[in-house]
Amino acid sequence: MAIVTIERKVLEKNDELAEQNRELFRKSATFVINLVSSPGSGKTSLLEKTIESLKGKIKIAVIEGDVQTDLDAQRVAKFDVPVVQLVTNGGCHLDAKLVQDAVSRLELDGVNLLVIENVGNLVCPAGYDLGEAMKVVVASTTEGDDKPLKYPAMFRNASVLIINKIDLLPYLNCNLAELKKNALQINPNLAVFEVSCTTGSGIKEWSDWLFART
Amino acid sequence: MHELSIAENVFEIAGESLIINRGKKLRSVKIKVGELAGVVPESLQFCFTAIAKGTAMEDAKLKIEKMPIIVHCFDCGKDSTVGNFIFQCPGCENPNVEVISGNELQVVEIEIDV
Ligand SMILES: Nc1nc2c(ncn2[C@@H]2O[C@H](COP(=O)(O)OP(=O)(O)OP(=O)(O)O)[C@@H](O)[C@H]2O)c(=O)[nH]1
Ligand SMILES: [Mg+2]
Ligand SMILES: [Zn+2]
Repeated sequence: MAIVTIERKVLEKNDELAEQNRELFRKSATFVINLVSSPGSGKTSLLEKTIESLKGKIKIAVIEGDVQTDLDAQRVAKFDVPVVQLVTNGGCHLDAKLVQDAVSRLELDGVNLLVIENVGNLVCPAGYDLGEAMKVVVASTTEGDDKPLKYPAMFRNASVLIINKIDLLPYLNCNLAELKKNALQINPNLAVFEVSCTTGSGIKEWSDWLFART
Repeated sequence: MHELSIAENVFEIAGESLIINRGKKLRSVKIKVGELAGVVPESLQFCFTAIAKGTAMEDAKLKIEKMPIIVHCFDCGKDSTVGNFIFQCPGCENPNVEVISGNELQVVEIEIDV
């Protein structure tokens, strides 16, 4: 029997491809966000509102990641932006390779903002770098105020927290202050926005902030 | 279930080493898994065994070394282990810290029959 020392990162391949993606994005001066949340928190709704709000100001492209169907891509395509749908066929997260394939089907030149909507999942996408500039995590009021404590890695690795569905607060026992406190305890550097994709409240603040970064 | 994709990567890395070192059989793989990596050890072993079935790696045991979260405090300069995902310096109760350990997902070594 022999022992062989290895010391290699398990996801080294993914990290390498993510760096290649990052280099592509740098060359085309495209700001890239990786949009993550539990299923149904409102990633696509936020994307629709953000596109509406920034249309005419910057050029946006979208990569949609889902386990099945191209329903989200259909929703986004209505806004007349380039969109590529990735179907993971059961896979619980996007990886840098899938994104690289999707990017090869997009014309990045002149695109100021690329939004990658990840698969709805607060665990698995946390460890997979896609080459993005930042992760934006969406948590909706219907999920309760304890999500940051239950999924610390995702909230720790994100730069922005969007609290969505604030229109529903009167009907829920979700404590907004508690939700923010929990998130900031995990990650004090989070930029926090409170929005409702239904009423449009808070969308302008978020879009302006994002626009300033592109 | 990203354990499947992680197990595939472990399988590849261990397999490469096994071949380079002319091993006949893989006995075990030691993996460092940070507390923030979100990996369930039992499920990782299950996936690995399923992938390795019928190969020289099928009986390999994954030895998982759990890595706690360690933060570096920018104020006092100390490194401390923290529990319960409380990302602050236990000494100065300061959240101005950097996570220096806890995200690991690394193949450390393999045991092989030569
Ligand atoms: N009341 C209310 N409903 C919302 C809001 N935002 C989204 N929804 C609803 O929540 C549901 C899920 O929204 P989506 O945008 O599809 O969520 P998603 O995160 O993209 O979902 P997946 O891609 O399947 O993970 C839809 O029925 C939306 O209409 C909001 O601010 N308020
Ligand atoms: Mg969606
Ligand atoms: Zn300190």
